[in-house]
Amino acid sequence: MEITEDTIKHVATLSRLEIDEKDIGKVTEQMSSIINMADQLSEVNTDGVKETVQVVDRDTVFREDKPEHWQDRDELMKNVPDQANGFIKVPVIINKDEDE
Amino acid sequence: MNFKSTIGFEVHFELKTKSKIFSPSPVSYGAKPNTETNVIDWAMPGVLPYVNKDVYRLGIMVALATHAHILPTTHFDRKNYYYPDSPKAYQITQFFQPLARDGYVEIESHGKKKRIGIHEMHIEEDAGKNTHGTNGYSYVDLNRQGVPLLEVVSEPEIADPDEGYAYLEKLRKIVQFTGASDVKMEEGSMRVDTNISIRPAGQKELGTKVEMKNLNSFEHVRKSLAYEEKRQAQVLLSGGRVQLSTRRFDEATGKTVLERVKEGDADYRYFPEPDIAPDHISQEWIDEIKSTLPRSAEERYNQYVNEFGLKEYDANVLLQTKESSDFFDQTVAAGADPQLAANWMNTQVNGYLNDNRVELADIKLTPEHLAAMIKLIKDGTISSKIAKKVFAETIANGTDPKKYVEDKGMVQLSDTSVLAPMVKEVVDNNPQSVEDFKNGKDRAIGYLVGQLMKQTKGKANPKVINKLLNEELQKR
Repeated sequence: MEITEDTIKHVATLSRLEIDEKDIGKVTEQMSSIINMADQLSEVNTDGVKETVQVVDRDTVFREDKPEHWQDRDELMKNVPDQANGFIKVPVIINKDEDE
Repeated sequence: MNFKSTIGFEVHFELKTKSKIFSPSPVSYGAKPNTETNVIDWAMPGVLPYVNKDVYRLGIMVALATHAHILPTTHFDRKNYYYPDSPKAYQITQFFQPLARDGYVEIESHGKKKRIGIHEMHIEEDAGKNTHGTNGYSYVDLNRQGVPLLEVVSEPEIADPDEGYAYLEKLRKIVQFTGASDVKMEEGSMRVDTNISIRPAGQKELGTKVEMKNLNSFEHVRKSLAYEEKRQAQVLLSGGRVQLSTRRFDEATGKTVLERVKEGDADYRYFPEPDIAPDHISQEWIDEIKSTLPRSAEERYNQYVNEFGLKEYDANVLLQTKESSDFFDQTVAAGADPQLAANWMNTQVNGYLNDNRVELADIKLTPEHLAAMIKLIKDGTISSKIAKKVFAETIANGTDPKKYVEDKGMVQLSDTSVLAPMVKEVVDNNPQSVEDFKNGKDRAIGYLVGQLMKQTKGKANPKVINKLLNEELQKR
């Protein structure tokens, strides 16, 4: 699979990553070799192997609907750069790709 | 030139669980910001999402109620996007193998029945809530992060805004009567996104669609779609092209406003969620859920009108919420006359709820007590006038109506051997009324009834005293 500089720029934008113009060539090269390594997997003969999205030995793992109050706001809020009145304070971002 | 519209809907329902979809944090409204969250909601390193079984159960209920095909194997996928409302930087949803496909909703529009197809429905997590400040900052509350959602995607088979309105009403009613969601648009437990394109009549290929998101009432949906039909037609007629875009409905002007032009489909780079194993949904489990599915609004309506003989209007008032319909059903099951039960529900009970701004679940009245009171009216133990007093007591304090009536000596006087002498006395004491009666003044009887009611503290059976008064007056 060919990775172009445009692909890297596109993925960087989607991932909110800033890549210096002078580094684009290097990153493209590195990413190409990573993807090509992963591409080796497609050389494996998978005839007769059922398609799956998971290789774990279990399925349908459910928990019962029982709420738990963890009361860990203070601990969790130690991870945020800025806060106000219990809210996480972040710079306004208006150009969201999609409203969820 | 004539144009044809093609309308589709994506409707999100919050599923009514006690805990979130992937973490045991409680689902709560109005809690202090970020208090009902834990490390899983915050996507701390090393945590694993753990699927809440009830989310599937409620989703399956809706799938059954909309005749959809439930997939035997489903799995979750990651939808990648960066925004502060989602600490993981992806939403866990079902993209490749959703909960169900190929359902339908039957609507009535322009006097005709029509089936609107449901393309698919899937379960997913909600994101946190951002509040935008005016000072260049946003404030994030992650309490909503991980609240379970069911997204129902219609086929683009809706031909005009009225049909769209009918579809939403019907879908809302269906989901409401499964009990899977509160379906309250004003509280965000039902959220509507719509898209519309138009094309010249006769053209097969669909036009470019415009999306409108988070419309906050069905009426706004109808108005915004109607506005878009006209606007897009004008664009095409003047030789322009409709832009692939998202528009917003402006309440004040009734117009839609361009929000954002889209350049191709958003790139979410979906891939299967590696942290959650696939889920096998057995037919056995589906059958079990099916056996617990509450009766649909349609079924109830048919029973109310055809079997109980209620007026269509009364039936519809009862069916406004599942709670009120359930309450009515339980009152009838407890032995109440359906017509009387409907009257009391729709006037007195609803009046009480409105006056006190409370909901059925908050009040002390039980279906059993309402039924007991209606039985007392029906068998003549109390008059409907006394019943109002009993009702006020029962609904305010949860008092047993039968016991209350006995304790307070409110039992209606129907015994003619007791009432006849009283009637005679009242007539004797009011010669003027006798005179008026003879002169054809019907009001005379009303006055005498009033006197008797006063004497008996409202306990006299009005039917009996009317009859006795008539007889007595005829004699004079």
